[in-house]
Amino acid sequence: MKLALLSDIHSNVQAFDTCVADATARGATQFALLGDFVGYGANPSAIVQRVMTMVDAGAWAIKGNHDDMACHVPTATSVPTRGEITAAWTHAQLSESERAFLDALPLTHQDGSLLLVHASADSPERWRYVYDARGAAASLAAAVGLSADSRYVFGGHVHEQTLYYQGRGHDLLRFMPTPNVPIPLPPHRRWLATIGSVGQPRDGRAEAMYALFDRDASALTFVRVPYDHSAAAAAIRAAGLPDFFADRLARGE
Amino acid sequence: MKLLEPGATLDGFVVDACIHSGGMAHIYSVHYATTATSGPSDPGFPMAMKVPRMTAGDGAENIVGFEVEQQILRSLKGSHVPRFVAAGDLTRVPYLVMEYVQAKQLQHWLDEARETRRPLDPATIARLGEAVARGVHSLHQQNVVHHDLKPANVLIRDDGSAVLLDFGLSYHGHFPDLLAEELRKAIGSPTWMAPEQVVGVRGDPRSDIFAIGVMLYELATGELPFGNPQTSGGLRQRLWMDPTPPRQHRPDLPPWMQEVILRCLAPEAAGRYASAAHLAGELANPEQIRVTERGTRSKGTSWRVHFKRWIKAVGMAYKPSPLPTVQIDEVPIVMVAVPFKGATDVTLYSLRAAAQRSLGSRAGARLACVTVISPSETSGTEAAKSEASVHTRYLELLRQWAQGIDTEKHQLSLHVLEAGDVAQALLDYARGNQVNVIVMGAATHGLALQRIVQTVPMRVAMDAPSTVILVKAELPFSALA
Ligand SMILES: Nc1ncnc2c1ncn2[C@@H]1O[C@H](COP(=O)(O)OP(=O)(O)OP(=O)(O)O)[C@@H](O)[C@H]1O
Ligand SMILES: [Mg+2]
Repeated sequence: MKLALLSDIHSNVQAFDTCVADATARGATQFALLGDFVGYGANPSAIVQRVMTMVDAGAWAIKGNHDDMACHVPTATSVPTRGEITAAWTHAQLSESERAFLDALPLTHQDGSLLLVHASADSPERWRYVYDARGAAASLAAAVGLSADSRYVFGGHVHEQTLYYQGRGHDLLRFMPTPNVPIPLPPHRRWLATIGSVGQPRDGRAEAMYALFDRDASALTFVRVPYDHSAAAAAIRAAGLPDFFADRLARGE
Repeated sequence: MKLLEPGATLDGFVVDACIHSGGMAHIYSVHYATTATSGPSDPGFPMAMKVPRMTAGDGAENIVGFEVEQQILRSLKGSHVPRFVAAGDLTRVPYLVMEYVQAKQLQHWLDEARETRRPLDPATIARLGEAVARGVHSLHQQNVVHHDLKPANVLIRDDGSAVLLDFGLSYHGHFPDLLAEELRKAIGSPTWMAPEQVVGVRGDPRSDIFAIGVMLYELATGELPFGNPQTSGGLRQRLWMDPTPPRQHRPDLPPWMQEVILRCLAPEAAGRYASAAHLAGELANPEQIRVTERGTRSKGTSWRVHFKRWIKAVGMAYKPSPLPTVQIDEVPIVMVAVPFKGATDVTLYSLRAAAQRSLGSRAGARLACVTVISPSETSGTEAAKSEASVHTRYLELLRQWAQGIDTEKHQLSLHVLEAGDVAQALLDYARGNQVNVIVMGAATHGLALQRIVQTVPMRVAMDAPSTVILVKAELPFSALA
């Protein structure tokens, strides 16, 4: 099975369509959509429609914090976060049934040795960031608690492509992958990967991120694909959303 | 795992014989247990199976090196490694099946010199060193650093080429390093390990150049430059200590050989050759090596200098290194094809300018200036046409052409090749010398004929193993009247 993993799409149709086409061309046989379908970007409804169609066709999908926020818009605080600014707008863009679909998504998906979660398996509903070896260790340990079979924990949320693994020492080590190179992840070890963001990369480069896991060969490829980010930015401006959300796409921040 | 007897089978392979019984593993020659109707067929070359002594049951710790070797050998291509055939499941029966390479260990030359009490001649040492360096560079080009080069892990084929074995301590820049630890430790064999490896740096291709330096030192003198230290203090000595100059052990050794060996053994990686291909290029042309004080010195470094370096070394700590390919791409080997027959001054000028641009602004690139002459030029009997004098004349022309190229910053070498087929000679040189960029004239006068006869630049551009820059003859504005 060739599993395509896409996360943090953030209403970016241009990036999403490019990644889905790229994964299909590379022979993906199963799609896993790891949440944060909406928020920040210009086309929440179009993305949710695509996700619904894909799920009908057998794709796996789980919920992200922005999907949750779009269903249950936080009551305005005095200084709203960037996410909160677009949550109310997104809420209004989505139909009743689209919101119901998002709200009903599970927080994790287990398939044999594979555990998928948007943020951390350690209390998924608290959306903890896995940005270092300690966070990764907590998520991995929690995944093993959920199912002793767990070998691979794949998630998004941090908008960066990173691999955590066990070296010779006690602690997990962090590895920054080279894009588009298959990395062997043998199943006798445990692995945690943050697969990056389709619609809003934040590592200083504009190319969309996703990952491809060849389960038969036990190899994970962190993919980068160029997409039309100026069209995505133009759509954000046209929707009347703050310029900041448009500008950051070209800079990958 | 205990020794397998001839005839024993493992995962469809039949053991013929045990060919090596080492501390960590047994090596067997094997063939497929193929029946007429089923099973995989012969890969077309003899096979060797490496089976570690310990199994997964002995603790996963010990088997990591074997896991690393399986992963890295599987990823490697080219003629300088045994071809990968199969790997056993680490949790069940760990083994590795690869091409059996018909070749002699580099150790053989050391043993022979010791037994016959006849030191190896410098030309042989240079030939062996060049072969090893070429093999090592091909690993670096694939983002792999060997980290355990030693005479038992290097094979030399009858044709003189090297095959590298034993990737149990190797590093692949594209894969998570399974041997790494939060607290970095020295990983390698003490005798050949580079100083930065001692402090836990993994992944610097120049660490392999240091190990080649230790092997060259052994081949040249029969001695070890840093002994075989058993303690971490002894191991740290090489962070600050220069070894005894090889010529002190063996005064008949040419200064160029000492220059090369000591440069490989520089305590700081930046003091060594910038890439293994650079080292190979030097050993291929000993007569063009620039010998400095390092090559002629006959006394060891003073205790004052050593003491200062020792103080500095105390603070030497782990620094991560960039990807091997990123490092070697910064110091390319540029080959420029310089024509002398019918070439105008403008062409020669433009070629030099393009070559200089291709060397880049960073120090360390190497420029190989090549001219191809036709065999008929040296075929005559008259003295003026003798091969030696024709070559000398062209070398002088190349030397003049290359004036103005910064030889402090970049290594320079000059080559006169004799061949009827110019394009083929250039391509062969580029392949054999791991050239990254070929600079040559565009021969625009041939463009009209291109569909009918391929010009030399067209043929080179089509078959080249590297980037090709075709230069149009142009004078700078300042030179135009
Ligand atoms: N593919 C091969 N083709 C030919 N000979 C081989 C091959 N692999 C190994 N050998 C022989 O076996 C020897 C040991 O191989 P290798 O270095 O891979 O094992 P090792 O575990 O390091 O052994 P040791 O413990 O003795 O160092 C080599 O020096 C070589 O002579
Ligand atoms: Mg060995």
